[in-house]
Amino acid sequence: MNLALAPETLARWQFGITTVYHFLFVPLTISLAALTAGLQTAWVRTEKEKYLRATKFWGKLFLINIAMGVVTGIVQEFQFGMNWSDYSRFVGDIFGAPLAFEALIAFFFESTFIGLWIFGWDKLPKRIHLACIWMVSIGTLLSAYFILAANSWMQHPVGYRIDKARGRAELTDFWAVLTQNTALSQAFHTLSASFLTGGAFMVGVAAYHLARKKHVGTMKTSLRLGLITVVIAGMLTAISGDTLGKVMFKQQPMKMASAEALWDGQKPAPFSIFAYGNVEKGHNTVAVEIPGLLSFLADDNFSSYVPGINDVNKAEQQKFGPGDYRPNIPVTFWGFRWMIGFGMASFAIGMAGLWLTRKKFLLPQHLRVGEDEVPHLVLFKNKALGPQLTTWYWRIAVWTLAFPLIANSWGWIFTEMGRQPWAVYGVLQTRQAVSPGVSQGEVLISIAVFTALYAILAVVEVKLLVKYVKAGPPELTEADLNPPTRIGGDLRDADKPMAFSY
Amino acid sequence: MELHDIWFVLIAVLWTGYFFLEGFDFGVGVLTKLLARDRPEKRVLINTIGPVWDGNEVWLLSAGGATFAAFPEWYATLFSGFYLPLLAILVCLIVRGVAFEYRAKRPEENWQRNWETAIFWCSLIPAFLWGVAFGNIVHGVKIDKNFEYVGGIGDLLHPYALLGGLVTLTLFTFHGAVFTALKTVGDIRERARGLALKVGLVTAVVALAFLLWTQADTGNGRSLVALVVAVAALVAALVANQLGREGWSFGLSGVTIVAAVAMLFLSLFPNVMPSTLDASWSLTVTNASSSPYTLKIMTWCAGIATPLVLLYQGWTYWVFRKRIGTQHLADAAH
Repeated sequence: MNLALAPETLARWQFGITTVYHFLFVPLTISLAALTAGLQTAWVRTEKEKYLRATKFWGKLFLINIAMGVVTGIVQEFQFGMNWSDYSRFVGDIFGAPLAFEALIAFFFESTFIGLWIFGWDKLPKRIHLACIWMVSIGTLLSAYFILAANSWMQHPVGYRIDKARGRAELTDFWAVLTQNTALSQAFHTLSASFLTGGAFMVGVAAYHLARKKHVGTMKTSLRLGLITVVIAGMLTAISGDTLGKVMFKQQPMKMASAEALWDGQKPAPFSIFAYGNVEKGHNTVAVEIPGLLSFLADDNFSSYVPGINDVNKAEQQKFGPGDYRPNIPVTFWGFRWMIGFGMASFAIGMAGLWLTRKKFLLPQHLRVGEDEVPHLVLFKNKALGPQLTTWYWRIAVWTLAFPLIANSWGWIFTEMGRQPWAVYGVLQTRQAVSPGVSQGEVLISIAVFTALYAILAVVEVKLLVKYVKAGPPELTEADLNPPTRIGGDLRDADKPMAFSY
Repeated sequence: MELHDIWFVLIAVLWTGYFFLEGFDFGVGVLTKLLARDRPEKRVLINTIGPVWDGNEVWLLSAGGATFAAFPEWYATLFSGFYLPLLAILVCLIVRGVAFEYRAKRPEENWQRNWETAIFWCSLIPAFLWGVAFGNIVHGVKIDKNFEYVGGIGDLLHPYALLGGLVTLTLFTFHGAVFTALKTVGDIRERARGLALKVGLVTAVVALAFLLWTQADTGNGRSLVALVVAVAALVAALVANQLGREGWSFGLSGVTIVAAVAMLFLSLFPNVMPSTLDASWSLTVTNASSSPYTLKIMTWCAGIATPLVLLYQGWTYWVFRKRIGTQHLADAAH
């Protein structure tokens, strides 16, 4: 079947759809694993019931989410071979290794200990049970690192040579692949953004209940943990984003020039707030700019030269031969802005929340509340927000749970599409990477199947999340409060029901 | 023995681990329709594999990832060539995983029944298709001089491969039945033993036919040894099952899987994916493998990680060693 499309078009759509979808679940999994582990640690250390209730509540939402993350991840392991066989042949010697490390070290960890954690409440003494969720958390972090190192190699290939005889790239320095500054800054940025995502999720869900004055004790603790996570992670996301940006200005000037719709090199270069341009002619017709800021972002210096899209395109044509080396400029430009905009919006909402719900600092006696009361939102000393503004703050706080998810998606769309036409920057173009033996009809079938399946599962998953969010934290049972003292469970009653079963 | 030979063995080990472990949990999935009489019994079955199925499935991801790293050409040809069957397997694994996690999360009858149907089909289909895939790998497929698969989907569905599919399906179902007998109490345990006998006899017939065919087609001295071990272990597993020695029976059905996979890989070596068009176009351990440097790093990783995985996964089975019956089920919908 011939659809008059470039051979890589459908394969790119499929990769985009399945990967962006997978990455809706990944950051939540990474952050909620650690946050749930933190809450469970608080329970084990203090034995305060609110922490156990919070652990059970967030743990359940975490499990609903990780189920989707795990299964959509299976596709990721195989679609390089399915749709990108020439890519796999060319870079497998390098790219395969971090993927195999991820499976052998991280996935086994994650998947084995998650089973122990889910079913282990009445089978494991409480400290060992706690260790299991920390193992899951370590697994998610390791997994993220390996796959980001692999992606960083596509952004900026290092530690390899080209074997002309075999027509492929070969690994020469694995350590360089794992520790190059692209991998380090990309991991830093992605992981902090993940915690921003999980923090915002907690804030959103807690705000939902607090606005309704329900489950106040547990939700206040959750809100606080969420807000602190959002603020710290938000700050780290901004810092790491700046670091990664500077790395990218050096390694992929085209991506960053496109992110700014900077057509021609300037000294100093302005940061674009809004631009509308003509891609054919290579210039902007409308542009709103902050002078000098881009130079500063690229080089820490307000007057540095930053090369433009047209300059880099010419330079790459000289280096790699004739062709168009520009990515899709509107997507890159707006993707960059939506990433920053949505990410920083949730950071700002978190900062505001942390200030408004402060416990004692600058808070007069009459505005302080007890353990089980919804906090007043206190703007200035002695001045709480009125009922209308309070309602609005809680409402915005609920929305904020979606913001980092949007930001994450655009971040990936930006960095991956901004690298085009390259699959591996400067080494292999995307059009050379597809499977020559797979027909467009086959790819079309698989896109249709995955899209339909993922859409159905999204509805199922969101409905289930909403149900369990609304249900709130569970009542604790006798068994919850008396975990077993020996591995395999206490054997007092052979017919005692399991604490959890499918 | 060179590094790429070691890696051939390691890939075989990862697939063996996968079929041994996910073999019984596919089998248990199939038994939800074959053995369970009502919903509580279905839940008992599902819960025998509840804590472990996810870890079992990672053996597949490891086999895939390790093939990518150690034999990129094999990975590329295999997964682009078997595109649609692999798509079907992926869809099943996705739905099946979600089904386990979500089935009990709502009390509605429709909800639970639909996920149970999904568990059955999404266990049965991959159990069958993996056999078809390995039948094709061992038999060889139409590979051209660029290592591209040039056949169609129909070329993958020849009698030998389909018989291979029947072998994995029946063998995994048998493996699942003896596992169920080992992990449950009450009535279902007795019936699992009864069903294991029937399924086991069918398995013995199709497996013997398939393995003899393989031996005649591509076999050698070493593969013959593996064949004998596989058949002997299967017969012994059946005997143990009849004697009520459930642990032995499960162990022996595991040995059957190990020996059968070993036989396939032994008759494959030194090819990894033979071409039926021209023997010189076959993918081999030499022309499909990664550079020695990559293989060396991978050997360190697998050499350390795999024993550790066996250790902590083994520990998981020990933690959940207690048999379960309907009386042990927690309340539904939580």
